[in-house]
Amino acid sequence: MPGITREEVAHLARLARLELKPEELDHFAGQLDDIIGAVARVSEVADQDVPPTSHPLPLTNVMRPDEVRPSLTPEQALSSAPAQEQQRFKVPQILGEE
Amino acid sequence: MTTTTDLVSYEDALASYDPVMGLEVHVELGTKTKMFCGCSTELGADANSQTCPVCLGLPGALPVVNATGVESAVKIGLALNCEIAEWCRFARKNYFYPDMPKNFQTSQYDEPIAFNGYLDVQLEDGEVFRVEIERAHMEEDTGKSTHVGGATGRIHGASHSLLDYNRAGIPLIEIVTKPIVGAGERAPEVARAYVRELRELIRALGVSEARMEMGQMRCDVNLSLMPKGADKFGTRSETKNVNSLRSVERAARFEIQRHAAVLGAGGTIVQETRHFHEDTGSTTSGRVKEEAEDYRYFPEPDLVPVAPSRAWVEELRAGLPELPLVRRNRLREEWGISGTDMQAILNAGALDPIVATIDAGADAASARKWWMGELARSANESGNALDELAITPAQVARVTELVANGDLNDKLARQVIEGVLAGEGTPDEVVDKRGLKVVSDEGALTAAVEEAIAGNPAIADKIRGGKVAAAGALVGAVMKATRGQADAARVKELILQKLGAAEG
Repeated sequence: MPGITREEVAHLARLARLELKPEELDHFAGQLDDIIGAVARVSEVADQDVPPTSHPLPLTNVMRPDEVRPSLTPEQALSSAPAQEQQRFKVPQILGEE
Repeated sequence: MTTTTDLVSYEDALASYDPVMGLEVHVELGTKTKMFCGCSTELGADANSQTCPVCLGLPGALPVVNATGVESAVKIGLALNCEIAEWCRFARKNYFYPDMPKNFQTSQYDEPIAFNGYLDVQLEDGEVFRVEIERAHMEEDTGKSTHVGGATGRIHGASHSLLDYNRAGIPLIEIVTKPIVGAGERAPEVARAYVRELRELIRALGVSEARMEMGQMRCDVNLSLMPKGADKFGTRSETKNVNSLRSVERAARFEIQRHAAVLGAGGTIVQETRHFHEDTGSTTSGRVKEEAEDYRYFPEPDLVPVAPSRAWVEELRAGLPELPLVRRNRLREEWGISGTDMQAILNAGALDPIVATIDAGADAASARKWWMGELARSANESGNALDELAITPAQVARVTELVANGDLNDKLARQVIEGVLAGEGTPDEVVDKRGLKVVSDEGALTAAVEEAIAGNPAIADKIRGGKVAAAGALVGAVMKATRGQADAARVKELILQKLGAAEG
């Protein structure tokens, strides 16, 4: 799976809200290429009859009953918020919509 | 933002194009706790008083799935005639927006818990339209933002926003239709009927109250047009969070007219989200839609797969209630009313109150009469829904019982209902307090009848001569004399008896 372009890295960086310098784009393109290449080798040995693994544990249906448990107090919830107002998390202006 | 949008008339749009719709409905489940943590979902709590490390996305916190949330999802899937996955996973939908403190929403991606179903919906004229269901999957709601500093609480022009995460993590089921093709000019009507049928279904299952005005059920309307006769879909727009049945219909209609204008002028439709404005019935541009891959979905590593056993699925299937369309058709036949009458009952939101009133002992015709008459009028005047009126189905049933026993006539019964609605107590208390009883004292009635005959000799003669219909005037006189508190049927009997005329 070769050929991660710097445009693709720039796109991923934008989605991840990372600010990358132009020289970093090339640097990470190469690195990502290596990583994807290494992972792609798995598919060379894994045949159709080997399902992809997302969880290493052979568990399913781990659930809890619908019973209320204590929440944090608003003070606790907000204790590490950089800014707050009216018992709410205060965030900067949201851009990019309407 | 206030530039006017070019529209063509609805008729012209439909003459040239076929609409294709896709409806995405989010239903907030009525579970006691959130989908992945034990925080309460109770409405109206203090801001940020129902959060914990899991729903705040604090490092190291581990989610655990709410069993009732999964059960509700399976029930919804079954009621929508879907297949239920034997094995499925949750997925992270990654995006940066302050309404989710985790920077991702836990959802399902390529392995929804339910898929490939359908819902039959009935239009106003009784025609049944089958809407195919693509999938129903489990996910979680986001927090609530308040935008501060702008003109009207909108994002536009706001200086900052405030977040309350009480809602973040409340279980949502997203139900997605397959493209709805072939509805033609009835597309907006189909959209409305679908959302209504879905709402009735969700309520019948008891998994949510699905009150749209409270945001417990929200609809996104995807719409595109293709030239008549074509089979390749056009580019769609997605109108988000349309929150009433009427708005669903209006939004679809508006978008048909807008798309047709753009396409007709040789333009192209931008794939974007749009906002619906209740006041004008129009939509405006939101944001250009991110491609699905931009969300970088991947299987949620912190939650193990859900694998509903076939035995459990069958148990849930067997326990499904009678579904709304089936129930409506059954009741319509039992009551012997027309489809139009049933539609009117549905539109008034009167079906459940009527059924509850019958269950409380009233006969069907009386229950319908009061809910669709006096009570509907009262609800209309006060701007309430029928089930918000200050009278219970059991109380309405009691009023019908008092009428059936001859203790009240219709006129008095109306006053009793008026009293109950005004908070004067139960029907019996209102009867006592207001002194509303049919005059059943035969002596007093006979005296009033004799007085009426003596006062109207000409009419009395007509009745003696066989004109039974003329008795109405004398009944009126007696009713007037007793201030409406007489049993009109008994009065008529007495009059005819006195004058030696037989009924009919």
